[in-house]
This record gives sequence, C-alpha cells and structure tokens, in this order.
Amino acid sequence: MSEYTEKFDATGLNCPLPILRSKKVLSSMNTGDVLYVIATDSGSVKDFDAFCKQTGNQLLDSSEADGKYHYYIKKA
Amino acid sequence: MSEKKLALIATKGTLDWAYPPFILASTAAAIGYEVQIFFTFYGLQLLKKDMNLKVSPLGNPGMPMPMGMDKWFPTIGTAIPGMEAMMSSMMKSKMKSKGVASVAELRELCQEADVKLIACQMTVDLFDMQPSEFIDGIDYAGAATFFEFAGESDVNLFI
Repeated sequence: MSEYTEKFDATGLNCPLPILRSKKVLSSMNTGDVLYVIATDSGSVKDFDAFCKQTGNQLLDSSEADGKYHYYIKKA
Repeated sequence: MSEKKLALIATKGTLDWAYPPFILASTAAAIGYEVQIFFTFYGLQLLKKDMNLKVSPLGNPGMPMPMGMDKWFPTIGTAIPGMEAMMSSMMKSKMKSKGVASVAELRELCQEADVKLIACQMTVDLFDMQPSEFIDGIDYAGAATFFEFAGESDVNLFI
C-alpha cells in the first residue's frame, strides 16, 4: 500500500486518541479518499478494525513493521 | 443505519475514575453513537472548569505504586499528608509520558463531538455549587430527564 489522500501520524498516542484524532481527520475528507495512519499503540490494531466495522469506513490494509502499525482507511 | 445511543452515569470525581466516562463517550461518539453523560454526586467534579483531580492510594490496594513504594509503606503510610498530592502528580506525569490524553482533552473531544453533558441539579443544590464553577455548554436536569434518553439507549452504564 502506498497511495493515500492524507496521512496522520499517531505515533506516541495512546487509546483512545489514535481513533479520535483519525476520526477527526476523516471528517474533513471526501468519500473515497484514503487516510494513512501510523500508530505505536498496539491496542490500535483491534481498535481500528472495530472502528471501521462500525462506521462503515473500509480498512484497506493493516500491517506492522518495526514496532509501528500502519493503517489505510477508505472513507465511506 | 439508525444512530445508536449510549447513556452514562458518572458518579466519581477522582483522576482515575474520570477516564472511563470520557474515554467511552468520546470513542462512542467517534463511532457514530449519540451520547449523553449524567454527572451526579462526586462526578460533578468532572464538569468543573478547574478540575484539579486527584487519585488516592488510601484504601486503594489495587493501585500500582511506583518504585516499589508499596513495600516500604504499610497501608497506614498511604494516609501520610502529601501522599495523595504526590501520587496524583506522579500519575499525571506518567500518563503524559505514555501518550495518554488528559481528562480536560478528552472532555473537550466529547464536547466537540456533541456529547451531551448533564449536571444533576439536585447534587448541584446539595453541595451549594455555582454554575459559574462549571464549564459552558452543559445542561442541568434530573433523573426523569436521564430516563428520557436512557430508556431508548442501546447501552447504559453506571460508572
């Protein structure tokens, strides 16, 4: 994954801030846009999955590399 | 998909117990829930402009103590003057270093997300509190008002 509309760095933030701040960024985006989020909170893996399931946004990709978590979310 | 609803009752006014209602409310709002929090008794401290919340190790054996302090302080030691202030400031700095939001920040996020904050009028009167002590944008109401929303909510929690 590499294509995205906006990037949000949630490094160092703990629950529930990565979700809350990402949601804020998503609100300013258009349908079909992709938000790329980087986080260090290990709990965010399940949280982003749950967030997307409940909001209808599509989690295109979720991966981990070098202690960081990467999410690509397509706005519904 | 019709909007889900979350109704919370916040009854505690300490630093540690300030988190659950604001974390759940802000997260639920982010997921699309309509949320109301009813603040009663000590929970009203969470609506003050100047919160100055504290956490007490006294009578709280589950509280992890830093630097093995629980080993050299017997239970009675947690009642030493200054202990509460010290523990509160240590917990606040630990939260900051771990990227945990402050209570004020979570409260602001709740307000931005249109979480309705309701102060229990009876408790406000009981403790002779003044509306000027509280943040703007809150409502004052009673139990019947809470049920108007809680009765049709999907999730109801007493914290």
